Amino acid sequence: MRGVRLISAILLAAICVGCLAAVLLLPADSYAVQFRESARAGISWRFPLGSDGLGRDRLMRLLYAAALSIVLAPAAALLSVALAGGIGGAAGYFGGRVDRCVVFAIDLVLSLPWLFLLITARALLPLNVSPAASVLMTFGILGMLGWAPAARVIRAGVRDLRGSGLVLQSRASGLLPSRILLIHVLPNLRPILAAQFWTSVPVFILSEANLGVLGLGVGEPIPSWGNMLRQLQSEPHWSAGVIAPLVILAGLLSVFQIVFRTKEVSA
Amino acid sequence: MNRVFLIAALGCSVLALQAQPPNELRFVLHSEPKTFHPLLVDDDASETIRYLTGGVLIRVNRKTEEFEPELAASWKIADQGRRIVFKLRQGVKFSDGTPLSADDVIHTFNVLMDPNLHSPAADAFRSGSERPRVTARGEEVSMVFSAPVSGVERLFDQIPILSARSPKKEMAVAGPFFVAERKAGVEIVLRANPYYWKRDASGRQLPYLAAIRLGIQQNRDMEVARFRRGELHLIESLGPESYEKLAAEQPSKIHDLGPSLDSEFFWFNQIAKAVPPHKLAWFQSTAFRKAVSEAVNRNDLCRLVYGGHAQPSRGPVSPANRFWFNGKLKPHDYDPGGAQRRLTAAGFQLRDGKLFDQAGNAVVFSLITNTGNAARQQMAAMIQQDLKKIGITLNIVTLDFPSLVERITRTYQYEACLLGLTNLDLDPNSVMNVWLSSASNHQWNPGQAKPVTTWEAEIDRLMQAQASTIARDKRKAWFDRVQEIVWDQEPFVYLVVKNSLAAFSPSIRNISPGILRPQIYWNAEQLQSPMEAVSSR
Repeated sequence: MRGVRLISAILLAAICVGCLAAVLLLPADSYAVQFRESARAGISWRFPLGSDGLGRDRLMRLLYAAALSIVLAPAAALLSVALAGGIGGAAGYFGGRVDRCVVFAIDLVLSLPWLFLLITARALLPLNVSPAASVLMTFGILGMLGWAPAARVIRAGVRDLRGSGLVLQSRASGLLPSRILLIHVLPNLRPILAAQFWTSVPVFILSEANLGVLGLGVGEPIPSWGNMLRQLQSEPHWSAGVIAPLVILAGLLSVFQIVFRTKEVSA
Repeated sequence: MNRVFLIAALGCSVLALQAQPPNELRFVLHSEPKTFHPLLVDDDASETIRYLTGGVLIRVNRKTEEFEPELAASWKIADQGRRIVFKLRQGVKFSDGTPLSADDVIHTFNVLMDPNLHSPAADAFRSGSERPRVTARGEEVSMVFSAPVSGVERLFDQIPILSARSPKKEMAVAGPFFVAERKAGVEIVLRANPYYWKRDASGRQLPYLAAIRLGIQQNRDMEVARFRRGELHLIESLGPESYEKLAAEQPSKIHDLGPSLDSEFFWFNQIAKAVPPHKLAWFQSTAFRKAVSEAVNRNDLCRLVYGGHAQPSRGPVSPANRFWFNGKLKPHDYDPGGAQRRLTAAGFQLRDGKLFDQAGNAVVFSLITNTGNAARQQMAAMIQQDLKKIGITLNIVTLDFPSLVERITRTYQYEACLLGLTNLDLDPNSVMNVWLSSASNHQWNPGQAKPVTTWEAEIDRLMQAQASTIARDKRKAWFDRVQEIVWDQEPFVYLVVKNSLAAFSPSIRNISPGILRPQIYWNAEQLQSPMEAVSSR
């Protein structure tokens, strides 16, 4: 098992380094150039994964889409865990009315169909934004709306800590609540926060892909898993180049799960 | 041993009988019909049922686009288009055996015009708030309108005659088939009307088919898969990618029927206060709109997005609409150089590959389109690339359809929109709600109290003139002029006219694809399956 994990880690590192290097070294809009006379070209030296229906290099688009996910999904996960830490932490530590309000809010957010929530949130945002801003907005919305499951777990963890001897002694010593949270609660929550972070990353990658398949999310011409997978629907013939995004996405998520295997933290 | 052989032989013959296809046509509806009441139809599935079961006074031939007598043996238009007189066909019966009479026609129009029914088909018969007066004398039925109605015959294609006396009410029909079975969410079976009036040249009663089995299937890929397995006989509208897939496997079953009546286009929001003033100035500038139009490579759109199964659009009317199409119009040329010169002449400047207006604002705008339409999203990406060549930055935003409709019809919070229009009616009167400047569907600037521009005032005048006369040639001349103004001003930037792509089994005989919908089964009463051909020999 250790060997599998090691190989997965090497593979994940190779994907990350390869994609990020491509984004940094290749011309800025190489993913957007339409070679219209070479649309749906097969695999060749010029197009190692072929070209899409508009003549764009599939490999370039795949590298950029992967790089975006690799950078922005963890950023969204960080945002969501930070929100969850604040909200869940406050509920768990202060209890009483604050706790009841937060639990109600968590239940409410979890009961909403998240896809429709995302669609509605996207529809309310301004239209005239650049493609790059649309990428940030998409992952930002994911991060802002994805806090509820993590908040529930964090709230439970903080409640356990609140009754611990460590915190009781600190309170008896007259330590301010903010200092207790910062010095004692937060360091002890680190495993829970880390687990929530690593489980959120693949969820956000898949959420973006879901939105993109529906035609929402990242705007043209920037590639993303979602808009690349959507193009599978309009491909008359499937080839290795056509299904490559699907295979790489499944591979990326698999190695991610193996490398960042986390112990289940019960609420 | 002999007994075993006999049982095996019997078993085989039973299996063989089961394997033989019954004398029926099979295809799918993409949703459950909302209604079986023929006067309340407003969705495609219900329209299919209405077309196959309803007996109408006048039918529009889907192939020739001509009017043909059905339950009316003949008709006459009098009083300069204010009156239409039908002579009913003799000996016609509804599917339950009750005879057709003039009372049924009067009953149908009384039901249609009942304000409590809220029939979507009723508005076309009202002149202002007045309903037509329907009277009968023997087998003649007369309908009098308060004002002349041009192209009045086409209205009757949508109105199946109901029986005034049948206990089955609207389920008693005078068309070739009647609704025999319905399994909600699964299928609807139509059976041949035993009392159908129409006969073939040899005097044999139609329809030839014993039944039509309509599955309910939302998923288009599943529809194609079932067609490939031979479970379905036809697909009315194929996407270009499904067409290519089937072309490789079953080339004899797919058909490119040529230009359809559907067009794809985009427009700029010209509503004052809805967009910033400097952008409003661009969008209201004819030179800007024409330059954008010139910069779009329509041939590439046809070739890449539709696999060659489309043609560059020349205006609001498709060449498939043979009578009303203005053949003098030419497709807009792809000329990015010309677009650049036009913009420079209008005061725009190109600096470092970016276009700026006279006030120094960079030319950037957003284009909204709906999700779930891969072709439209591809077109938007291509237009984005084309406009980049003349320095315009286009931001594409895909929205779910309800959000998009909300923006283009209520809040008007958008800058440009890419959509398509499906034309079901050939007559220009059906698009009055688009071209009149006061209309709500005058998308670029709806509901104007007075026409904002002289060319919109000219279109208003021409559209109203053509609607108030019944002389077809005059109407055609006026509507030709409307098309010329639209071609010149480009309030809508028309992109492509899609071809109609269809698939049907060669085993079904007498299929003769038409232009209007339904294109494949419009002559359903004349379609023959191989089983029927065997049994009739």
